[in-house]
Amino acid sequence: MKTITAQKPFEELSEALSGAERIYVVGCGTCATMLHTGGKSEVLDMKEKLEAAGKKVTGWMVIPTACDELSKDALGESIQEIEQADCILVMACAFGVQTVSLYSDKPVYPALNTLFVGKEETPGHFIEVCMQCGNCILARTAGICPLVRCAKSLLNGPCGGSVDGKCEVSPDIPCAWQIIYDRLAALGQLDKLEEIVPIRDWSTSREGGPRTIIISD
Amino acid sequence: MKAGTNLEKVLESGMFAVTAEAGPPKGTSAAVMQRKGEALRHCCDAANVTDNQTAIVRMSSLAGCVLLKQQGVDPVMQIVCRDRNRIAIQSDVLGAIALGIGNILCLSGDHQKFGNHPTAKNVFDIDSIQLIQALKNMRDEKKFLCDEEVSGEVPMFIGAAANPYADPFEFRLTRLAKKVKAGADFIQTQAVYDIAKFAKWMKMVTDRGLDKETHILAGVIPIKSAGMARYMRDYVSGVSVPDEIVSRMEQAKETKEEGVRLAVEIIEQLKEIPGIHGVHIMAVGWEDIVPEIVEQAGLLPRPVL
Ligand code: SF4
Ligand code: SF4
Repeated sequence: MKTITAQKPFEELSEALSGAERIYVVGCGTCATMLHTGGKSEVLDMKEKLEAAGKKVTGWMVIPTACDELSKDALGESIQEIEQADCILVMACAFGVQTVSLYSDKPVYPALNTLFVGKEETPGHFIEVCMQCGNCILARTAGICPLVRCAKSLLNGPCGGSVDGKCEVSPDIPCAWQIIYDRLAALGQLDKLEEIVPIRDWSTSREGGPRTIIISD
Repeated sequence: MKAGTNLEKVLESGMFAVTAEAGPPKGTSAAVMQRKGEALRHCCDAANVTDNQTAIVRMSSLAGCVLLKQQGVDPVMQIVCRDRNRIAIQSDVLGAIALGIGNILCLSGDHQKFGNHPTAKNVFDIDSIQLIQALKNMRDEKKFLCDEEVSGEVPMFIGAAANPYADPFEFRLTRLAKKVKAGADFIQTQAVYDIAKFAKWMKMVTDRGLDKETHILAGVIPIKSAGMARYMRDYVSGVSVPDEIVSRMEQAKETKEEGVRLAVEIIEQLKEIPGIHGVHIMAVGWEDIVPEIVEQAGLLPRPVL
């Protein structure tokens, strides 16, 4: 499982950083490095771009795993360079951005868009497989998630737009429900599609405020 | 009778029904709907008002239905699951019934990607099959989805769509059966051009006895020009237009007349397919032609029940 990110357009960053002269840049050695969005070479590229745009980069680091608690210590080690900066630009996923902002009192800006939690199907090809809905229905759907893979998150698919295995939204997108159908057929479980899947309880995925859980030993 | 609408009466009487489609305007003109109502009143038993079809913003289906009703047309209110959650949908249904609208057609809805607001957030809180079930529950049990009581009567004649041309083909029967089980009183199909495939699907439908549990109206979209035929063949997902039809339209001298002839021929053939209880004519933006098609197909006058 990886957090899939993409770099924000530089114009958008320039806009967000317009009030900042001196910037400290943080990258991440885990997902963002693997995705080539916030590893060492991307951080150095960013430094160059910022300098070309007239900013001063007071320093940079690539935290091994930016979302981890240990970010606190990593930031502490470079406290002087960070103190000189007006803000921190974080080239990590939103978890990393939020961790850095937790441990620093500088304004923190994201340099990346966090897209989804996905897996690498073939080298370099990442696909969203779960949106962590809190109410998993994979047992009904042969292990394929229709919530993320069907364009309409249908529970009783495939809809009338499914043609030749493709989704009505684009000939480049496989119809999730065709995949589910084929897998159920192979498993001898097509009868599962005869049942009407009842209305979902979405409160497990989007309730009031952040979802939290407390694990006691 | 579930709602006692004209459409329900015609279908229950066993007569071959005719419904049409009236797309609301991309604007505020009541006159546009009134004109469509005027054109359709004597040639169909009910008219569907689309709900922001192809995700293009138009006058609401509810308002369009009221305007049609004022013209003496029995309206079918279409509801898509794309734009409204269970709260908004149930609320609209109450309002529709209060305003005398009795036919409601449940659809998933075209994805917003192809509409005029492709950056919108979609809803899909419930899907079309769950919507059918929810409406049936409102009508028969007088219950909202949360199980609380609905006050007053909830008369509704519930419709759904079916597309025999989508894939996987075998599943299309399952999906229809699910819609019937959920509570669909009538079904309007995707436009039929490939009669053989449609007949094959209908054979499966009648073998399973589904035509006895619901009323199936076959979809007909009159083709106005060769360009439209090509466009529908190449770009409209879920519609299957055979090449013969495209070349027939390309060779025709008077394309509109050829389009009418073609629609009439299709209706004639549909009438012969066992289990078909009517036709649903979707002359999008060409509503004026519907009376001529219905007349030439020998389906006039419409019954007064
Ligand atoms: S059903 Fe929910 S938990 Fe299961 S894979 Fe899909 S999004 Fe994830
Ligand atoms: S075509 Fe398939 S993936 Fe696309 S919306 Fe319909 S069921 Fe979902």
